[in-house]
Amino acid sequence: MQAFKRVEGIVAPLDRANVDTDAIIPKQYLKSIKRTGFGPNLFDEWRYLDHGEPGMDHSKRPLNPDFVLNQPRYQGATILLARENFGCGSSREHAVWALVDYGFRVVIAPSFADIFYNNAFKNGLLALVLPEAVVDRLFAETEAREGYTLAVDLEAKTVTTPDGDVIPFEIDDFRRHRLLHGLDDIALTLQHADEIRAYEERRRREAPWLFEPPAV
Amino acid sequence: MAKTLYDKLFDSHVVRENGDGTYLLYIDRHLVHEVTSPQAFEWLRLAGRKPWRREAILAVPDHNVPTRDRDKPIADPVSRLQVETLDENCRTFGITEFRMNDPRQGIVHVVGPEQGLTLPGTTVVCGDSHTSTHGAFGALAFGIGTSDVEHVLATQCLVTPKSKAMRIWVNGRVGPGVTAKDIVLAIIGRIGTAGGTGYAIEFAGEAIRDLSVEGRMTVCNMAIEAGARAGFIAVDDKTIAYFEGRPLAPKGRLWEQAVAAWSTLYSDPGARFDREVELDAAEIEPMVTWGTSPEMVVPVSGRVPDPDAEPDPVRAAGMRAALRYMGLTPGTAIEDIHLDKVFIGSCTNSRIEDLRAAAEVVRGRKVAPNIKLAMVVPGSGLVKRQAEAEGLDRVFVEAGFEWRAPGCSMCLAMNADRLAPGERCASTSNRNFEGRQGQGGRTHLVSPAMAAAAAVAGHFVDVRRFQ
Repeated sequence: MQAFKRVEGIVAPLDRANVDTDAIIPKQYLKSIKRTGFGPNLFDEWRYLDHGEPGMDHSKRPLNPDFVLNQPRYQGATILLARENFGCGSSREHAVWALVDYGFRVVIAPSFADIFYNNAFKNGLLALVLPEAVVDRLFAETEAREGYTLAVDLEAKTVTTPDGDVIPFEIDDFRRHRLLHGLDDIALTLQHADEIRAYEERRRREAPWLFEPPAV
Repeated sequence: MAKTLYDKLFDSHVVRENGDGTYLLYIDRHLVHEVTSPQAFEWLRLAGRKPWRREAILAVPDHNVPTRDRDKPIADPVSRLQVETLDENCRTFGITEFRMNDPRQGIVHVVGPEQGLTLPGTTVVCGDSHTSTHGAFGALAFGIGTSDVEHVLATQCLVTPKSKAMRIWVNGRVGPGVTAKDIVLAIIGRIGTAGGTGYAIEFAGEAIRDLSVEGRMTVCNMAIEAGARAGFIAVDDKTIAYFEGRPLAPKGRLWEQAVAAWSTLYSDPGARFDREVELDAAEIEPMVTWGTSPEMVVPVSGRVPDPDAEPDPVRAAGMRAALRYMGLTPGTAIEDIHLDKVFIGSCTNSRIEDLRAAAEVVRGRKVAPNIKLAMVVPGSGLVKRQAEAEGLDRVFVEAGFEWRAPGCSMCLAMNADRLAPGERCASTSNRNFEGRQGQGGRTHLVSPAMAAAAAVAGHFVDVRRFQ
């Protein structure tokens, strides 16, 4: 996993609450058996004027000029500013893969849905929670000033505005630690393989019906 | 110390405390389907790893499978490749799979309990948010992303913090015609789609106890629509009776031992919850969603709400966007909303009792002429077989419904079953998001009986007056 220390970049504002994972990446693209290539279909139904299907040349499709990511001033954005309950709905990790593949490194919102939040950190995407009043202010500033950027420092746990205002943020230590070092969760867990086996032995004694006859 | 049911389920699966606020949690049962697993298997292979415990896994293709012409190969080549990839991965890694034409195939959340793979007191995960369904049996069940699917394959464990505990009481009894679906829609309407974020929800109270286990599955299924990854219900005699004789449930001496253990799966008196919510069952009516989030829901006797009356500007903007998408005007009576399609199915409402309830309404009646398609998609091959043995398929077909083969179907429209832009559907599924049932499609979530009544009337009707 890609480590995350500090990102400074253009902010794109997506001013809607409850953005669900069906909107982030529509179902027809979930048929892919790969982890990459979802970027062109991020927010597909809002971003294009036609109906998209896998296998199309998405660079030739008509863009919806009203959609925020299609506006010239937000090209190259690496920070997505969003509203409450971002990423609600399905567990599809494809939603995170699409955001990352598009180029986003950070999503800032007042709140995230649990599964999306968890998936984000597995892929080096920082899901950053800020109070609603701060998010309101960032929306206002982003929309007021073309080329608005933020600097997000995970080590220092701060967001810095172009005016030099430093906004602190909270994050679980374990998520921060794993993201800062780009750690492989599975390798870490397998360091405890003996404890997993010991648990299984204990569990087999306490609840033998879960082990015999074979589950399927 | 008094423990909540969540404490009991969580604590009994802790392999180790990591000392950073997370736990290594053992997973008893892992359900796998074709959409969220291929990348996990690929990375497992690339890392040279193997499944930790193959016997804990059951795979079944459900999201992409067609609901007709099942004797032919899947027509969509991209869907076909995904289903074949699951077949290939299961063959390579020695994982049991109910393939597309196995009579036991079906929606993963219907199949797991039906087989007795899901059992009380287990931890159950699947790369699907509706895994909360299995909580109906006193299990800790929740959806995970593909990275975690890979993690569970490789280690049989997950790294996770403990959630907060919420208890939702549904006190008293519901009136006639009010179902599990209406109860859970009323709950979501009350606490909102983010109300359960960060929580594991226990559903309790007389109206919950009164539900059949299948009704409880409907309630727990939609815990995620209230933001909670896991929802569950204490074990009682109904739970235990459900598993007796299931293919993978324990037998004989082990059954006795298991039942004794399962009988402790409830929240102790005096256990502390982080939040408790109470609803009065008697006040719940048949519910209909009007918008593009499950919290946008009103009783069938109600009207489409007016965003101008909403004080919160972000919420009002969300309501306006939803009304625009749904093609609805504030103040419209729900019963005046006319429909194009009706879908009875999904992991929320495709079990035998759902089909019986719908068949009861349509028996001897006809689907209204304005309904272009009314379809019933049973949750599994075994549900389909049972329904056919009871003659329900004939009731539906004679009324003008299509009787299909099992799968997720038009709940999320990954197969050929979908809405065309602008089409309006009464659906027994769980999500009314924009484009969920097809780009531009308009979804109204209802109970099976309400969907059946809407199919006959051509518009929403109060099923309590309809009968």
